[in-house]
Amino acid sequence: MITTALLSRFDRGGQIFMALLTGFTLLVVASNTLLDPSNPFHVPTYVVALLGKYLCYAVLAVALDLAWGYCGILSLGHGAFFALGGYAMGMYLMRQIGTRGVYANPILPDFMVFLNWKELPWFWHGFHSFPFAFFMMLFVPGVLAFVFGWFAFRSRVTGVYLSIITQALTYALLLAFFRNDMGFGGNNGLTDFKDILGYSVQADGTRIVLFVLTSLLLLATYVVCRLLVTSTFGKILISIRDAESRTRFLGYKVENYKIFVFTLSACMAGLAGALYVPQVGIINPSEFSPANSIEAVIWVAVGGRGTLTGAALGALVVNFLKTTFTTGFLAPYWLFALGALFIFVTLALPKGIVGTLQDWHERRTSERKARMSDDAFETPAPTEAKA
Amino acid sequence: MKHDVAAPDSTDRRGASSERPSMTTRFLSLHVVHPALRATMAFVLGLLMSTLAAVTTARSATLDDVVKLLAADSFSDTDAAISALTTSGHPAAVPILEAMSDRRLLVDRKANKLVISTGAARTDAATGAPVTGAADDATVVRLNNRLRGRIEAALASLSFANPDPAKRLAAVEQIAKARNIAALPRIEEALKSEKNTDVREALTIARATLVLSDDKATSTDKISAIADLVGRYDPDTMTTLRTASQSAAPDVKQAAMTAIASAERRQQFANVVQNFWYGLSLGSLLLLASAGLAITFGVMGVINMAHGEMVMIGAYTTYVVQETLRSVAPGAVDSALLISIPLAFLVAGAIGVAIERGIIRFLYGRPLETLLATWGVSLILQQAIRVWFGASNVQVQTPSYMSGSFDLFGLSITYGRLWILVFTLLAFLALLAVMKLTPLGLQMRAVTQNRRMAAAMGIRTSTVDALTFGLGCGVAGVAGVALSQIDNVAPNLGQSYIVDCFMVVVFGGVGNLWGTFVSAFSLGIANKFLEPVAGAVLGKIAILVLLIIFIQKRPRGLFALKGRAVEA
Repeated sequence: MITTALLSRFDRGGQIFMALLTGFTLLVVASNTLLDPSNPFHVPTYVVALLGKYLCYAVLAVALDLAWGYCGILSLGHGAFFALGGYAMGMYLMRQIGTRGVYANPILPDFMVFLNWKELPWFWHGFHSFPFAFFMMLFVPGVLAFVFGWFAFRSRVTGVYLSIITQALTYALLLAFFRNDMGFGGNNGLTDFKDILGYSVQADGTRIVLFVLTSLLLLATYVVCRLLVTSTFGKILISIRDAESRTRFLGYKVENYKIFVFTLSACMAGLAGALYVPQVGIINPSEFSPANSIEAVIWVAVGGRGTLTGAALGALVVNFLKTTFTTGFLAPYWLFALGALFIFVTLALPKGIVGTLQDWHERRTSERKARMSDDAFETPAPTEAKA
Repeated sequence: MKHDVAAPDSTDRRGASSERPSMTTRFLSLHVVHPALRATMAFVLGLLMSTLAAVTTARSATLDDVVKLLAADSFSDTDAAISALTTSGHPAAVPILEAMSDRRLLVDRKANKLVISTGAARTDAATGAPVTGAADDATVVRLNNRLRGRIEAALASLSFANPDPAKRLAAVEQIAKARNIAALPRIEEALKSEKNTDVREALTIARATLVLSDDKATSTDKISAIADLVGRYDPDTMTTLRTASQSAAPDVKQAAMTAIASAERRQQFANVVQNFWYGLSLGSLLLLASAGLAITFGVMGVINMAHGEMVMIGAYTTYVVQETLRSVAPGAVDSALLISIPLAFLVAGAIGVAIERGIIRFLYGRPLETLLATWGVSLILQQAIRVWFGASNVQVQTPSYMSGSFDLFGLSITYGRLWILVFTLLAFLALLAVMKLTPLGLQMRAVTQNRRMAAAMGIRTSTVDALTFGLGCGVAGVAGVALSQIDNVAPNLGQSYIVDCFMVVVFGGVGNLWGTFVSAFSLGIANKFLEPVAGAVLGKIAILVLLIIFIQKRPRGLFALKGRAVEA
């Protein structure tokens, strides 16, 4: 059966993750739409939007985990792909404003009228149509990642050097998007959105739908990544991560695998960014800042690198902590906590939450097996701890 | 021209005080050294006196007219009076006009004379003799804004005779700006007697400018005026020359075109020199900021994302030293910078050793984890500074020996940037000396080359690790002292340098201090040469993109280490 074959690709953790995610989404939607606002279990719409934002981060984290956790590409510039997807969506949303902007120009977004531009720059053409914008959400991050990867991986830039130039990449984009002349709204970015596909961005219904879509995207991203890493292709990725030269000597075109994974990961990040923008209502150049990308890396590290579910979990946990910390009197201490988290995770929890749990689980099952085989007077199968 | 006015402000005032006595001495010596000429002189003097007397009568007559005009007490008559005063050449014209603009000039209608009041004392404007008795019916000359402007201009034209060269210079500038052709004879006159070279130059330019804007001037005059302007490329001169190049006379046009071409060539050259200097200055900052990273990342291979924060801590150390001195010994605030240099090294170095012992030593061989952990450290340090000192900038003073600038071939060089360049070179040489000449440097190199062999030779590798990391961080702290003079001292000071620093080190080649040296200066100069072409931000982006491409081509940098150490 195809279903069983498919399900067999998911470990216990993955199954729990998918079930939890589906259940959680259904619960939030049901509570928001069916319960009375006075009910203590009612989830207000702004919380739904907040949860949607977390889920977008989770998608970014899963995408990053695919590249870092399974192929050893530590990108400190994944925020750039996320932001580029976001800008593509933002441009579509800007074009939807039409005459409802402050200057009521049917073609030009407000900031262009403000800057005295006479016509739409060439790269803004086509963004009034959603299919085109959707294509660009995947295409722009994908092409950037492909070109970047083509140069970087073919000339065998690896490890820290790769991390540093990905950071330089996002930094360069940050500087570029800050310029008014770029035609992306400069410092202020794109905001003041009205409609998405004819529905008001502000409406409760739209927000719920966006939340569900993000949840589905996370599910889809997870499934795609999981299927990929459990396939033969995934085995090669892991071997590249653990012994790149050896894999190359075995006859595999290492750079092609890397380019593919990096590009796929960038496209996923782009989609996450695209769904992020209508839910937070703004996209500006600060999304490109290197700090954001490094924060995404820490989500993956906290949850557990190379586990996929861990990456998603890490994104949710860290961002939940961030919201709780930064809204109260504890606000000045959030960065202390985040910094301490970075140090604690790398020193004490190198496998992250999920990775540590998996280890613990594996050790227990192998112990049980050993006991059972001891009972049956059989030699226990040697189990090696994963490196 | 603007530049000429601003720069000699301080230097010329000094020049003026030294020049005044010298002129007097020269004049006296004329009398003393040539006694034989006295007879002739007496004759000449007598002749002069008689002429002078004649002139004086003529002048007093004009002054009477001025009094009459002022007594009418109408703005238009006052205006006429100012013009009359300006053209009269009366020796008291300047004090009268000054008094008028200060509202200290009174008209005594009864005695038909002008009185200047200075506090309680009153003097006759024409003779300077004190005035006593009833002057109650004397009234102050009333002014409006237009008249004030006229007085300003009149004073400017009259102050060619001012003994202070700076004042004379300002007067010439003003005349040249006004493009008043009527001033031409006065300028010619002034040129004959002017000794100060700066003022002479300004006068020559003013004359040339006026001649060129005079329609009645002959072509020969104009061409010689253009010749006076050759070699200058300030915007005002360029405008004058451009206007002249529209001239109908073909020879004038030709001369103007040649002058413009030469000016443009000179300007281009000056721009190149200026860009080069700015590039050197930026390069010295980059080198200073990344020299520490060249040790921690380059030599030890530790990705220290908190490197920028070490720079920031150095800058804040300077601030703390300055504030402490201000409350303890206010007179010594100027030396805060000097005290801060060793102190910043110790503070940042101590923090570095603590980071190495507490975190990094557990992460050797895991560069990506080191990167994340040190990023965490950087967040904590930044936030700690923000909590203690506030999120806004703190003021670090520039000591007197660092402020100001001097001119070098038309290039304005600020002392601050020059000192930082010198300081950077000294710091770099010191670092190089530590690495090459001291036992510690020897041990550092031994440990990084072959840890186990070094340990077997009795080197305490863990101590050496801590000290090396501390050295790198300490140098970063010293960089912070210098940066506090140029950049805003704020908690995120280091953040803006971290990407640049890594770029410098990677470009130069990891593990090679000279590589870092070359790369910092070439990046700095390249950046400044790209800036005018592409704009500041695009220039920086271009550099980043070029670097990204460069790393693809030579992943190990300009000066790559060769041999087995590479793979370690």
